[in-house]
Parts: sequence; structure tokens; C-alpha cells
Amino acid sequence: MNAEVASVEERKQNLKGMGTARRRVEDARFVQGKGNYVDDIKLPGMLFGDFVRSPYAHARIKSVNKEAALAVPGVKAVLTADDLKPVNLAWMPTLAGDVQMVLADGKVLFQGQEVAFVIAEDRYAASDAAELVEVEYEELPVLVDPFKAMDPGAPVLREDLEGKTEGAHGPRRHHNHIFTWEVGDKDGTEKALAEADVLATELITYQRVHPCPLETAGCVASMDKVNGQLTLWGTFQAPHAVRTVASLISTIPEHKIRVISPDIGGGFGNKVGVYPGYICAVVASIVLGVPVKWIEDRIENLQSTAFARDYHMTGEISATRDGKITGLKCHVLADHGGFDACADPTKFPAGFFNICTGSYDIPVAHVSVDGVYTNKAPGGVAYRCSFRVTEASYFIERMVDVLARKLEMDPAELRMKNFIRKEQFPYTSALGWEYDSGDYHTAMEKALETVSYKALREEQKANREAFARGETRSLMGVGVGFFTEIVGAGPIKNCDILGLGMFDSCEIRVHPTGSAIARLGTISQGQGHATTFAQILASEIGIPADQITVEEGDTDTAPYGLGTYGSRSTPVAGAATAMAGRKIRAKAQMIAAYLLEVHDDDVEFEVDRFVVKGAPERFKTMAEVAFAAYNSVPPGMEPGLEAVSYYDPPNMTYPFGAYICVVDIDVDTGVTDIRRFYALDDCGTRINPMIIEGQVHGGLTEALAIAMGQEISYDEMGNVKGASLMDFFLPTAVETPVWETDFTVTPSPHHPIGAKGVGESPNVGGVSAFSNAVNDAFAHLGLTHTQMPHDHWRVWKTAERLGVTA
Amino acid sequence: MIPGSFEYHRPDSVDGAVALLNEHGDEARLLAGGHSLIPMMKLRMAVPSHIVDLQAIESLHGISEEGGEIVIGALTTQHEVLASALLAGKCPILPEAAALIADPQVRYCGTIGGNVANGDPGNDMPAIMQALGATYRAVGPNGSRDIAARDYYEAAYFTALEENEVLTQIRIPTPAAGHGAAYEKQKRKIGDYATAAAAVILTMDGGRCSSASIALTNVAATPLYAEAAAAALVGTDLGEAAVDTAVRLAEEITEPTSDGRGPADFRTHVAGVMVRRAIARAQKNAG
Repeated sequence: MNAEVASVEERKQNLKGMGTARRRVEDARFVQGKGNYVDDIKLPGMLFGDFVRSPYAHARIKSVNKEAALAVPGVKAVLTADDLKPVNLAWMPTLAGDVQMVLADGKVLFQGQEVAFVIAEDRYAASDAAELVEVEYEELPVLVDPFKAMDPGAPVLREDLEGKTEGAHGPRRHHNHIFTWEVGDKDGTEKALAEADVLATELITYQRVHPCPLETAGCVASMDKVNGQLTLWGTFQAPHAVRTVASLISTIPEHKIRVISPDIGGGFGNKVGVYPGYICAVVASIVLGVPVKWIEDRIENLQSTAFARDYHMTGEISATRDGKITGLKCHVLADHGGFDACADPTKFPAGFFNICTGSYDIPVAHVSVDGVYTNKAPGGVAYRCSFRVTEASYFIERMVDVLARKLEMDPAELRMKNFIRKEQFPYTSALGWEYDSGDYHTAMEKALETVSYKALREEQKANREAFARGETRSLMGVGVGFFTEIVGAGPIKNCDILGLGMFDSCEIRVHPTGSAIARLGTISQGQGHATTFAQILASEIGIPADQITVEEGDTDTAPYGLGTYGSRSTPVAGAATAMAGRKIRAKAQMIAAYLLEVHDDDVEFEVDRFVVKGAPERFKTMAEVAFAAYNSVPPGMEPGLEAVSYYDPPNMTYPFGAYICVVDIDVDTGVTDIRRFYALDDCGTRINPMIIEGQVHGGLTEALAIAMGQEISYDEMGNVKGASLMDFFLPTAVETPVWETDFTVTPSPHHPIGAKGVGESPNVGGVSAFSNAVNDAFAHLGLTHTQMPHDHWRVWKTAERLGVTA
Repeated sequence: MIPGSFEYHRPDSVDGAVALLNEHGDEARLLAGGHSLIPMMKLRMAVPSHIVDLQAIESLHGISEEGGEIVIGALTTQHEVLASALLAGKCPILPEAAALIADPQVRYCGTIGGNVANGDPGNDMPAIMQALGATYRAVGPNGSRDIAARDYYEAAYFTALEENEVLTQIRIPTPAAGHGAAYEKQKRKIGDYATAAAAVILTMDGGRCSSASIALTNVAATPLYAEAAAAALVGTDLGEAAVDTAVRLAEEITEPTSDGRGPADFRTHVAGVMVRRAIARAQKNAG
């Protein structure tokens, strides 16, 4: 039976383990249209819910008349806040320590807010009846501008908080004030700024955008009244957390709740929180005793379901004359909308925004964030980034460019001059993070060399001269960007959500014939977990990835975990997978040694087998060991080959990268053409290069969308402007440039396999590279900063302001 | 995003469609490719009780040339316009513009008749039809009549078509051999309406412009036939001064709204840029 001829290398290839560009096992069903999304779920007797939403941004509700709606054939019920009060569900807790109306209780605070929930036999009847619910509103003064939120005479938005001077994150000093969060050395920073040779100041606004996953949010709630069991299918990025929250607020015991995330069509942070639709569907199912489905449409999703960003960041950065950064200060005005429904770890009301010293060795820094209420939709989620990390990265990368202008120094040179040096890792930043590993200079040098940076600058110089002579109407911009992310939340000592520590988990069962199933506490929304986690395991336990099933998303079968967002799956669940795999391997080693009749320490693991040291012809394959685990384990050992790991990471991981963007701008039309985009990512150990490349392509496309067009904006009445895909910029292949990807590898020293996570890096690093390029195109005309999005009209207005339009 | 309920009709003749319109008055709407009407119904901005689907009417399909006129059936899809050898040879501005409308999936369904009939200021074909001097044949209970594209558009979604009429054909005087045409459209992305767009058709004779027409898309409540702008080109060699004048005259008649595509002044400016570029390209295409 030991007639094995395959070489170590061949056996490695057979495993398709880490480092292999293994094809995604998920794709077979997706490309055939055989995915199973929440809207594909159809249950006998299922009803449909639809919302009546507020047309006003701020109004008192005088009355709600359901009569005409209830008369529509097929309509079963119409719920309002008054119906939810007896079960104590008119309001729900948010992940940020605030409360949020499930259905409007006396007033509405944003356009599109949920006012009533109509339940009917089909969607058509529900939609017809929703039109017939008569709501009488009394309009109130609307607060749209966050800079006016804390004016003395600002309208009172949250009457429920009247007199409440202490919020979830400390004192409130105004009726529209949510929190102030401060980090760093205030006095030391002020001193550094005051004493500096050079000081640059800028207001950097990161506009309100929206994650806009292709699949909108939705759920199916099914209450089995006989068993008292609630099953909830939904578009949840954190199914276990949803189960716990559902239990806490519904008082249904947690063991009687089963939450299932089926296939999810993109999350990007939009599907982390708990939305009124979930609560209403659950209540409706409890009341009516049949399953109830709620699926929002695109406009509802864009208008009401978890926006991102809306950060107004005033920065001051100081440096010596020769370009050594000496201090950084940032004040953020954070517009949270009508309720504080950010999805951040509990102790971080502004997420990890204090990563905003970026990749630079800045001796002293201070950050303060004021969160305020406005008459806009709630949210503030991490749109394809770790908590508020894109905001921080955009801020520092723009500020460094602004400083470079002031110093009249090349932005790449200024970065090189201030990077944290390789030998400084682990590096503790002025704002308190411990960066695990990095080699920024090498990454940047490789990037600059690959794009022939010097030649680009020479070409730009020629372009500017030709432009000045009137020979061209096109301006060339070169955007240099570097980023450091902070992902993989996170260590329980400082990261929890609603008291749930942000560990994650993996449970593995190896079957007698040498195949296996691994279940995790995370949930893929397109990341390819079924492919990559199997690869981690293949390398760890020597079973081919093709023989390992990865399953996620069912709280009845998967181990408890905090879900997938903030690039935490690989850093946390990936680590749990490796650790569980090592437990399997340890037990397998003992079985192998027993079978080979040698001491445990006399066998060693080699790709897919245990080999007797010094006697390579004597070995047991993992498949043989798996079978033996079910019939001939050493005396005293339990049979079976299973393991579970709950991994509490010792630190975050800090992926980084260097991005360079070259843009040509038609100053007559404001049209921008991304001529070239080069992205070098260092995500530590690379599990699947093809998936990494796909992730980078996707993230860069979203970054392009944000930098060049995405915006959720409001008029002065609080009406959402352009909440459809006609206006909200979702790039197609036509608008998307060719992406050049590259990498360096600097493993994380504390992660079991050295991996750092990559899914969000391109969004975090991409936005500033695009923006820096647009700003750079106009730099010689005196521009220091122009706000995103860089859509045609804004770019043209910038050119006009600089006096170069015809 | 769920439409109200309606009754569906599928007549197999124009007379049958007209009879249904007559019967149901303003409660009925015609359905061609559906790419304007169905989104409006999903938003419940249009709530017709009766839908009269024209797809089964054979006589509304097809592109031909009849005695100096190009005749396009109203149900001809944008894709068919794009693929037509007749149009590519004799009226290339139509396939050029069709390629700028939406995306392939929409173009397989969306029709040229629906595009011109509906009165949506964002649609591209109306301005081009004005530049080409096209007429629309409308059939109603009392027979048929021809309406000039330049007289057809009254306000956004208001046209000269009566409630009980069906727009059956677009009739275009075959453009002179050797004419030059161009449609310049600036948009934010695939599928978007124009920030501003301009159609220019001209003929050159011995280095001089012997005829010209210009029309603009999506910079007013209706397409704009820029008669004065075009007149400024005729008789000139299309030198800088003449083009500047045409651009200025075209800009002067625009009345764009401020929207996600930009503020009004920007859209007027872009209209001017599109006119300038379309003139240059039409000149190059002429001869």
C-alpha cells in the first residue's frame, strides 16, 4: 500500500494548498445562476412585507389611517409603532449604543424612514396597500448641514434623548451631539504645530457614499409556533451576532433561534447592522404564524440602509523645512444621520480612525471626533474597509500631498522620507496602535520603478508646458498613494460588539475516508471562503483542498463567530482554521506514530503524510490516519478526528501597499481618463494569488467609483438626490480601467500563517490615489485640494476656478 | 419598484391599437420596447390601467428606403438601427447615436419609435431627427398624418401626438450623398442620459459649408433645433469665427436643469463643447 511515487512537489500541487491560484469552487453555481439567495427562498404560505416610508426628512406624525390599505384584497395586516410597543419593539438598540425607531414613533427623522409595514399575500398587494396607508405629517425644520448641527438654535432631532447628557460614549454637550472621541497628545501636538517650520491646513471631506451591494438587504422570518422556534434567513454579514441580538430584543431563548445566511450578493458593510425590516418580518411572522419575507428594492437600499463615510476632517500637519513630519492634528465632524447606527467595535465610536498617522513615523498626533445627528439616514458603516480606515487613509494621504505642495517637494520623496522604517517594526504609533510588520520603502521603490515614476514626471512637465502654450487642452496628473490598513478585529481585550468579543472560530471534522468539512463563524459574501479556507487546511492537514467542504452561515451548525467585515475573515477565522488544523495534525501524528510503532516525536509531517524520521519509506498518509482514527487509535485516546478553535488574535494585522494612478483630464469637459493604475499590495502570506487579484480588482473598482462619482447627497429639504443607479455611480466594465497588480510579501509575525487580509486594501488605498492624481493634475496652477467626488462637473469647476477653462 | 395592476392588450394591427386607445383614453399607454414606460410604472410615476403592447404588429418593424426617404418602423429596435447596412451607408449618424444609447441589453429591446415618441428630454434620437428634418407618421381614428420632428416636442413628456394616435413610422429625407454628420454626447457612464449632446449634419461645397443643421439633447425640456447656430455656419469655411458664433448661438438657446450631471452653467458649456466637436467631426466626415 505504500507504493507512492509522487514527489514532494507533486504531492504539494495535488493538495492545492496555500499559494495556489486555485479556481473558486463557488463559481460553478454562480455562473449558472444556481446561487441560493434570500429572495430565492420560498416557503409554503409565505407572506410579503413592504414599507410605507416617510417622504419628509423631519416631520411629526399626526395620524396613521390603515383602513384603505387593510381593505386591499390579500392584505393581512398593517403594523405601526403602536403595534410594536406592546412587545417592546417600537425601538431597537443599535450596534453603536444608541436606539433606533423600528417604525416611526411620533416623528420621522429622515426621508425614507420606515413608518408602517404592510403584510400581504404577494408583493403586488403589499405594494398597492402601502400606497393607501394614509399618514398625516406636520413638517418640522430640517437639519441637513452637519456644521450647523450644534448651533444653539438647531432643531431638536432626538426628543427621546431630551435631558440626556450622557451618551454611550461620554458626555453630550448639545441636543444633536452624539459623542466626542479623543485620542493622542493634545498639548504635545499643539506645541509641535506651533513650533514647526512649515504648517499645512486643509478641510478634507469624505462625502457620504453607499456600499450598494448588487443584492439589496432582506430576510425571511419563520416562526414555528408549535416548537417556539424562529428561523431567520437573511443577508447577514454576522449571523451569530444577529441571533444573539434577536434573542436579546425578542426574548425568544437563543437556542430557539436559528439564523441562516444563504448566498450573499455582496455586503461591503451594508449587511452588518440590524434593520427595521428584519424586526418587522419577525414580528409579523410571530403575529400571523406564517413565514414573512421582506426584500428591499434598490431605492430603499440607497435611501435608508446604512450609508458610509460622511466625514468632514480638518487637518493640520507640520514639518521641518527639509520635509520631516513633526506633528499631525485632526478634527472630524462625523455626520451620523438621525440615529447612531454605526457598526464599530463598542469602544471605538469612530472606528479605528486613529490609524490616521498612516504609514509615517509621526512623533506626536491628536485626533478628536464629534459625532452629530442630522436629518439623514443612519449608517456610517465600513464600506469595504475596516472601521473608518478608508476615511483615515484618505485623510493622511491627502494631507501628505498638501504638505508636499507647501514644501514644494515631490510627494513620493516626502513619503519615502517619513515612512516608518523596516527596523522600527513592531512600531507603536503616536495614536496608540502597534503595527505588526512592514517594509514600506521596498514597496514604494518597487512601485516607483515599475511605473517609471521619473519619466512620468518628465512627461508631465512637458504636458504642462504644452498646455501653457495652448497646444493641448489635456492635463496629466500622477497620484501617489501609500496606505497602511488595520484589519482583523480583533483582540477581545479591546474589541467587542455588544459585549461579544471579536474572536472567530473554525470546527473541523475529518471523515474516515480522508475528506473533511470545516465550519466557520464567518460568512462569505463573495470573498471565496469555500476556496481559500480549504487551501489553508490543505496545507495544514495534508488533505487536498478539493476534498474539504467549507460551510458557513448556519448558526445551528457553525461555531460561534463575529462574521465577515473589516477584512477580519483571514486574520481571525483564517487563524482559527490553521489552529484547528494543527490540533487535527497533532492528534493525527499520535495515531500515525502508533500505527508505525514509533514514538510520537519520531514521525514528522510532510505535505500529506507522517514519515518516520530517517526512514522515508515508512509513512502513513493523512487518509490512512483518518481511517485509523475511526478504528485503531492508541489506547486511552478518544476515536474520531475533529477539532475546534476559537481564536482571539493577539493583535490586528496591518496590510499595506503602494498605488500609483495616472490620469488625463480634459479641462473643457471635466472628463477624466485613468490612463494607468498600478497597485502593489502586501497582505503578508498569500493564500490564493488569483483570489487576491480578483479582490484587488473589485476593491479598486469601488475606489474608482467613490473617488470619481459616488455620492449620496441631500437638498436643503433633506430630500435624497439621485438614489438610483441612474445617478449613483456603479462603474461598468467600460468606465473601469485596466488594473496592474503587484505585490511584496511581509508576513504578519503573530498570525499562524502570516496572512494579513486583502479584500479591503484596494478600497482603502485606491481612493486617495485617484484623488491625489486629480489634484496633482492642477497642482502647478496653485491647487492644493479639491473635494471628491471628481465627477465631470466638479473637475470642470476646479479648472474654471483656476482660470484654465475657455 | 412594484407596478400597479393593469390590463394587457396585444393587438396585431395598428387599427386594433388605435381602437384600444380610443376605448380607454388616457387610462391606456402604448408599450413598445418598454424601457421608458416600465421604469416609470415601477416607480408608480405612471399607473396606466391598460397596456397596449405593439410588439405583434408586423408592419411597425423594419428599415427601408422609399423614393428619397428612409422609412423606419416605430418598433425597430436600437440594435437593428445599429446593425442596419442601409443606415450605415446613407444615414450613419443614426447607428452612431444608437451605439451611445444605454447598453446592448437595452438596445435589443428599446425601440426607435419609443425613443422619439415619448418626449423624454434625455432621449438621444429626437434631436437627431430634428437635425435630419425627419417627420413622424401618426395614425389615429381619422387616418394618418405627418408631424415634423421639429414641431413634435412641446414640453417634457408632452408632444403633438394625440392620446388616440400611434406613431408608426419615422420618415427621413435621405441625406445628401457626401454629407458629414456627427453626434457628440457627454455622459457620466454607460446607460446615462447626456450631460449634453449635439447632432451636426452638414454638406461642404468647394471648401464652404453649403448646408447645416444642429440640434441639442438634454439641455432643455425638449430637444432643441439650433437653427440660428446652423445658419451661422452656412456659407463659411467653418473657420474659428464661424464656429465660435455657432457655439455661442447654440449655448444661448439652452435651458438645462441643474442635476446630478452638473449645474446648469456647466451643462450649457458642455453643450457648446459638444457642438464644436460635432462640427469638426462632421466636417471631417463630409465629402
